[in-house]
Amino acid sequence: MAKYFIYHDLSRCIGCLACEVSCMDWKGLPFGKANCRIYQFGPEAKHGEPDLSFAYFSCFHCEKAFCVEACPTGALNKRTLDGIVEYRKDLCIGCRACIMACPWGVPQWNEEEGKIYKCDYCVERIEQGLEPACVTRCPTRALSFVSAQEVSNLKRTKWLEATFGRAAHLVGYRG
Amino acid sequence: MGEKRTVYSICGMCSVRCPIMVEVEDGQVVWISGNPHDAGMGTGLCAKGIAGRAFLHDTERPLSPLIRDGERGSGKWKAVSWDEALDYVAQKLKEIIDQHGGRAVLLSDRGGPFGELRKAFLKAIGSPNYCNHDVTCAVSVNHASLSLFGFGRKTFTYDYKNAKHIVLYGRNMLESLRVKTARALVEAINRGTKLTYIDPRYTVTASKATRWWALRPGSDYALNLGLLHILIKEDLYDKDFVNRWVEGFEQLANFIEPYTPEWAEKETGIPANEMYAFCREIAQDAPHVIFHPGWMRARYRQAFWESRTTYLLNILLGAIEVPGGLVFAKGPKDAGRKGLNSLGVNLPKVEEKRADGAGWKFKHINAGPGLLHRAFEAIKTEDPYPVKAYIVHRHDPMTGLPDPEAQAEVFKNLDLIVVVDVNWSETSKYADVILPESSYLERSDIIATQKGLKPGFRFRQAAIEPMYDTKPGWWIYIELAKRLGKGDHFPYSSIEDLWQAQLDGTGVTIQDLEKKGFVTLADKPIWYDRADKLPFKTKSGKIEIVNQKWEEAGIPCLKPYESPDKPPQGKFRLLFGRCAWQTHAMWMNNPALNPYLQENTLWINKDVAEKMGLKTGDKAIVSNGNYTKEIKIFATEFIHPEAVFMLHGFGRTVPQQTRAYERGVADQRLEVGLLNVYDLAGGANALCECFVEVKPAK
Repeated sequence: MAKYFIYHDLSRCIGCLACEVSCMDWKGLPFGKANCRIYQFGPEAKHGEPDLSFAYFSCFHCEKAFCVEACPTGALNKRTLDGIVEYRKDLCIGCRACIMACPWGVPQWNEEEGKIYKCDYCVERIEQGLEPACVTRCPTRALSFVSAQEVSNLKRTKWLEATFGRAAHLVGYRG
Repeated sequence: MGEKRTVYSICGMCSVRCPIMVEVEDGQVVWISGNPHDAGMGTGLCAKGIAGRAFLHDTERPLSPLIRDGERGSGKWKAVSWDEALDYVAQKLKEIIDQHGGRAVLLSDRGGPFGELRKAFLKAIGSPNYCNHDVTCAVSVNHASLSLFGFGRKTFTYDYKNAKHIVLYGRNMLESLRVKTARALVEAINRGTKLTYIDPRYTVTASKATRWWALRPGSDYALNLGLLHILIKEDLYDKDFVNRWVEGFEQLANFIEPYTPEWAEKETGIPANEMYAFCREIAQDAPHVIFHPGWMRARYRQAFWESRTTYLLNILLGAIEVPGGLVFAKGPKDAGRKGLNSLGVNLPKVEEKRADGAGWKFKHINAGPGLLHRAFEAIKTEDPYPVKAYIVHRHDPMTGLPDPEAQAEVFKNLDLIVVVDVNWSETSKYADVILPESSYLERSDIIATQKGLKPGFRFRQAAIEPMYDTKPGWWIYIELAKRLGKGDHFPYSSIEDLWQAQLDGTGVTIQDLEKKGFVTLADKPIWYDRADKLPFKTKSGKIEIVNQKWEEAGIPCLKPYESPDKPPQGKFRLLFGRCAWQTHAMWMNNPALNPYLQENTLWINKDVAEKMGLKTGDKAIVSNGNYTKEIKIFATEFIHPEAVFMLHGFGRTVPQQTRAYERGVADQRLEVGLLNVYDLAGGANALCECFVEVKPAK
């Protein structure tokens, strides 16, 4: 089952691309081709006000992972230990079935190698007790590596704090 | 598995110089992050900093000393040994010094904490002509600070963390990044700190602001006069602080009389009622407020007064030496500790006047860093004397200063141009000799003092040996000095010798510095007694609203406002700026960053564009003088109709940079005729006093 999640705090994200460059740098990916991608909305008028925001887009590590089901060689595999959808490049035959299977277009094509690339939460870093490269080097702490069950509470708290303009805690919770 | 090491050092991908942690395995840099020992930094790092590894391995940088092998500017080079290059430079310098004296040598750099040895080198050869890059950065801010407090802008740091309201004038903190500042700002906003952002253009910083004022470009001074008017007329200012520490308040109160918010509204386009609301709001949050006086404010002729009145807003709200305000940066002495020793032994005092006139012809201009554009004028006219050699150290005036064509004309009067750089700069194209400095990951630099609430020392140490035939800057200048018979002033044969000389008697060792990359000299933050002991360096010991140095130079400290010119028909004021992954035009060619932005676009107001039949993605022709380029436009409601905007640093002309070569448009090449247009009071180039023509491409 999925244990982890990369939480993207919109209010802290400045669209600086550190996460993408960090990913490429750590994973040795071709320049400009990071596993995670930052998308920009705006600047544009939203309800008559200027607006500019960013979305962090990476693998969701689905419980029922379409890419894993589509992969004929086991290059994509859902780990039972922590739910990470890992990718073994040595097993990838470049069939691109995963690209078609994933509803969100997460696996990307590396034309230099004829194989795909995809986020694995930097599993080799996690095994050393570290966090994924994108999270580690995010300059404004917009990204955080959290347990999957924590996400709803984080999101809720964030919304409450933004709405009421002050700190909020679950009753009895001061962690 | 080979040898693994962790090196704490200082980033060199831009002039901010963030603290970093570098991991080395088998002599290779495998990881660079922020230095986690610095709590404000953590492991975060910007995209440029992370791209340091890509830079290290990039062969599109000068890989050995080069001597020109063709006409100047021809781009033809001969690779030579360090001995040959240094002998050549020393011989040329010697000829020039013999004929014209040491004063005929000019050196410019980007300032910063590692420049002491370069300045000592100039002293040793008898030249007063050191300039930093500040004419296209903060020199007017610095003079605004000097004129009020008697000390320069770096005496204050900003306590963003504890501020209740932060006001920024085009200081695009979330795109022109200092990592620690950006993080502190984002965290402050998250905790409820208000942010007022003032800029004719909507930026990432504007998107996080509680209030965005899209003022008319160049009218910052009018806005400030209107705000000062309200604070004084509505009695919203801090009377205790003003009575205790300010000289000349009455003159200010009389001066702002005609500058009503209603008047300022006409100049700025910002509604007067919003100014009133803002002032009442911010007075509630005072003194925990910061009006940032500006960093890169080399934009308009009135920069000095823009910055000065910004400081005055802080002063009237008492935001000096309080949490969440402007805070005195404390040095080792404040911590009861000895500071770093100066480098260079028995250096002669240089009595010569500066070629740029700073300190004598222009008495109000700080003779330390001088004015580079005035030094260029001296090269051109040989007035007050001939300047024949120019050493350009990690600086790129042909990108930073306006009008490179005009600069190339000036450079014809030089007998020697030496570029010391890690990169191909636009200026390097005109060099006679290029001396490639090792990158910041391959070299150590001298120890720097870190001033702040808790002062300390910090240093940059080489993570690996140089990958190519490059050398550290300190070595280059000592070698040149030796060849000019000035070696006795520099009895250092290694960086350890230099460090030891600096640290002697401070109680700090090199090993102490190695542990975290820095040493803090105080356990607790040091605060001055705000009621009685604020160390202003003016004659009166107080903040002087009217400073005699400027008045005697014929420059009024309270200068009547002059409205910026409106652009002529079909023309627009050219604004420029930065994005988070490119700074100072240094990394357009970086292999990791280049894919993210290869050409700049021209921001233009949507209504204006529509009238011209243009929409986002269309191509336009932008031109001024002989420089005409095609550029894609971005049409948006969120830029002032008088202005167009582009990111700085594109349109590179050095063919060795294959990824960036001739991609995009160079804003500085559109700034035709602006080399001599500057803020007379503060000294900065007025880069935005520039109108360009824009028309649809056929």
